[in-house]
Amino acid sequence: MTQTVTNPTGAAFDRDPLLEQILGPTPGQMLRRRVLGHQGLLIGGAVIALLALMAIFAPLIAPHDPFAQSLMNRMEPPVFLGGSWEHPLGTDHLGRDYLSRLIYGARVSLLIGVVAAVISGVIGTTMGVAAGYFGGRVDAVVTFLINVRLAMPVVLVALAVVAILGGSLTVVTTVVGLLLWDRFAVVMRASTRQVRAREYVAAARAVGASTPRILLTEIMPNIANNLIVVVTLEMAHAILIEAALSFLGLGVQPPTPSWGLMVSEGKTMMLFEPWLVLIPGAVLFTLVLAINLMGDGLRDVTAPENRN
Amino acid sequence: MRNETKATNPVLELKNVSKTYSVKQGLLGKSRPLTALRDLSLRLEQGEVLGLVGESGCGKSTLAKILLGLEAPTSGEVLVDGAPLGSQDRLALARRIQPIFQDPYSSLNPRKTIADIISLPLRVHGIGDAASQQAAVREILDVVGLPSRVMHTYPSQMSGGQRQRVAIARALVMKPDIVICDEPTSALDVSVQSQILNLLADLRRDLGLTYLFISHNLAVVEHLATRVAVMYLGRIVEEAETEALFDGARHPYSEALLTSVLTPDPSLGVPRMNLGAAYPNPIDPPSGCAFHPRCAKATEACARQRPAPVVDEDGLIACFHPNGMAPTRSRPAEAAPRLSASV
Amino acid sequence: MTSPLLSVRNLKVDIPSGSGTLHPVRGIDFDLHRGEVLCVVGESGSGKSLTSLSLMGLLGRTLERSADRMEFDGINLLGASGRQMRKLRGARMAMIFQEPMTSLNPVYTIGDQLIEALLLHRRMPRAQARARAVELLEKVGITAAASRLGQYPHQLSGGLRQRVMIAMALMCEPQMIIADEPTTALDVTIQAQILRLLYDLVREMDMAMILITHDLGVVARVADKVAVMYAGELVETGTVAEVFDQPLHPYTRGLLDCIPQPGKTGRGEPLGTIPGIVPSLVGQVDGCVFRTRCTQAGPACLGPIPRRSRDGHLFRCVHTDGYAPAETKAI
Repeated sequence: MTQTVTNPTGAAFDRDPLLEQILGPTPGQMLRRRVLGHQGLLIGGAVIALLALMAIFAPLIAPHDPFAQSLMNRMEPPVFLGGSWEHPLGTDHLGRDYLSRLIYGARVSLLIGVVAAVISGVIGTTMGVAAGYFGGRVDAVVTFLINVRLAMPVVLVALAVVAILGGSLTVVTTVVGLLLWDRFAVVMRASTRQVRAREYVAAARAVGASTPRILLTEIMPNIANNLIVVVTLEMAHAILIEAALSFLGLGVQPPTPSWGLMVSEGKTMMLFEPWLVLIPGAVLFTLVLAINLMGDGLRDVTAPENRN
Repeated sequence: MRNETKATNPVLELKNVSKTYSVKQGLLGKSRPLTALRDLSLRLEQGEVLGLVGESGCGKSTLAKILLGLEAPTSGEVLVDGAPLGSQDRLALARRIQPIFQDPYSSLNPRKTIADIISLPLRVHGIGDAASQQAAVREILDVVGLPSRVMHTYPSQMSGGQRQRVAIARALVMKPDIVICDEPTSALDVSVQSQILNLLADLRRDLGLTYLFISHNLAVVEHLATRVAVMYLGRIVEEAETEALFDGARHPYSEALLTSVLTPDPSLGVPRMNLGAAYPNPIDPPSGCAFHPRCAKATEACARQRPAPVVDEDGLIACFHPNGMAPTRSRPAEAAPRLSASV
Repeated sequence: MTSPLLSVRNLKVDIPSGSGTLHPVRGIDFDLHRGEVLCVVGESGSGKSLTSLSLMGLLGRTLERSADRMEFDGINLLGASGRQMRKLRGARMAMIFQEPMTSLNPVYTIGDQLIEALLLHRRMPRAQARARAVELLEKVGITAAASRLGQYPHQLSGGLRQRVMIAMALMCEPQMIIADEPTTALDVTIQAQILRLLYDLVREMDMAMILITHDLGVVARVADKVAVMYAGELVETGTVAEVFDQPLHPYTRGLLDCIPQPGKTGRGEPLGTIPGIVPSLVGQVDGCVFRTRCTQAGPACLGPIPRRSRDGHLFRCVHTDGYAPAETKAI
């Protein structure tokens, strides 16, 4: 069957029908095609990339020291409200450059998003994969833990812990990371159950492959797409929780520039100088929207390959 | 057991194997036992193709899982070359018995290249270095009729028939003796099915393989198998050489299965089946002979008592009212059933 | 011969896509008469399911259907509005799908689903509709029919569910049934029972049936007429005896060689094969669609392929000379 069909007609039949026609594009090529055709993913990715670059190169980009106070230049309005180019986004109530604080604030938001997502991802994925793969009692225990966790209001618990331990970047990140694993566990459990039933897992077991090997090489690569989607969603979630905690004064402590803290500090003057709240709010909104766009996009483009 | 004069060389043997799962009914329902295999005994002789037929729910797939070591029997013994399966090293077993599954779309990991998929057994068993593993992959691809350039492609780039060839290559790369084929062609198109069946027949001849060929397609079983076992609700109800079974089944259930085979002969109409009731629920098996509610020949005795399997020269039969001659008939020597086909 | 119940000429289905238009069904002609079973046989990708869906007007919005003629009992299906088609589908033409589990709605009882069509299309009183449902369930061989009406689909076995599907299709006494692989998901013994049932019902109720299948055994036993479909075209059509006893197209011959046939193929002997794969159906296909897999392919296969006929047995191939060019355009 694999020999080329030899045929007397020449040109039209010289190609080997087997490979030329059957072998479709590689999964990589297909993924690239889908990614490039997905506007939401591209826009979200571009915004996140921009903000990430901003965070990484903050010392190079920021026009001023974000901590430098200048009481002479307090509450200068941004350029579009008649301010000067010296402080394009104006200054806050202590005369600190708002743009510089915004740029440094990206560091806090992204750091907390990434680290919290990693902590919760490790916890949740371990629990979910174990429950999905082993089933039985492991599954019962994990399901119980998930239900316990879901019964706890995240913000209230985080507030209580931070109130006891005191707010700092480390405490907030850890607490949020330890609280947000539920979705990882739920999604990973379901995906693992699905993949576990595939015959290639049975084939690997029949070959004598060890359980860690099966989990790492057969299960994980096939649930990774779902994992990435949850990571993005939980990053956005963590960033919002940090902002909320900082806004309530129990998160990142001043003078660290955090978007949530900036909103909080600006709120007393919100009626007179609404831009103090609106600028960090808009940036926060944009980042979370971009992350969600990317998460949705990733779900679309990595949707399990069609069976044909 | 089997006729002592028959020189047998069982490579794989099931002795009184039972497998019970507990099934929960409803959210708060009590667990009830579902017996998938009931006191089942079966032998696989060196070099033969044992066809295993029966409807869905009869326990065929459970049997395959036990033979592959994916499930442990609840009771009974599995012997490989006369030694109990439990005592053998899992890896040693994997080297002897390999599966080919039904669905080539689900049996290959979509995230791995063909070379990775086929070389997995070699890597798990630490056979050879990377270079020799690549060479082995190339060699086995040639055996199953695929060009070696597919090595770096992914399953999603291939057709169903090609994927099944890859699955066969993976099963054969460690040169096992026994291959458990679980409906290997039922997900494939007709023209591809014949290619895979031809390949399986060639491989058996060239490599001296022994097959357990599980299928619901009796035409395919008749074509490939040397001996056939008919399963019903967790038990073997009849076992015979292929020709003998297809010439005249002794168990009424085997007969019904044979009647239902639709050969492409337009002069024959659609067969009239008289299997009134539906296939029984394995959680609530019928009393006596499990087949009696659907059997035209059933008598009171069939409902009361289960017919014990009788082993004779023709094979095995578990029925109070078998078709044909009495099960104890003696058979002329020259018509003795062929042993396993010479390899 | 009486005028056909369903008459189809040059039916095409196109799927526009970024990389060129796909032509999965490319010019199909056939006639179907009352009391007749037409089997459309083909492998995956042959376009047989799309053909049946396009007859029922059930193609997705991204698919484009066109035809020179599509007439069902004097009604022009090409011009029919969505409303007219819905009326026709429930009442006069019915469809049975492959997977009885997904075709039945799990949240409604069998009874509710059975009488829905009657209440909708016939405005029949509920009690009368229920009586008819019981009658039909009995007709399709379901015991204790009255008590089944209150059951849910998951309480029934696959075979029973498929019987319920058939009863549902029969509720409004359709003139035509399209069954798409109705027995593929079932066990062999159940398959034989369901096919027998369909076969008897067609005869008894003087319906017409189009049976879509990949199984040549089913075709041989059930069909009156056979249409062999390959890559979107009917490559051979004729009565079941004509096609099976004297297949004229190389693809039909190849398919028949591929399946083990007791008495014809020796046990353990190699089966016939069809090398290669179905060609891409993007853009126009010139010449014979089967030429890339045909052992007889020659230069003539690149040219126009005449439709030849022998007493109504039609096929598209340049190689079987000696038969007159087709006069009528369909079987």
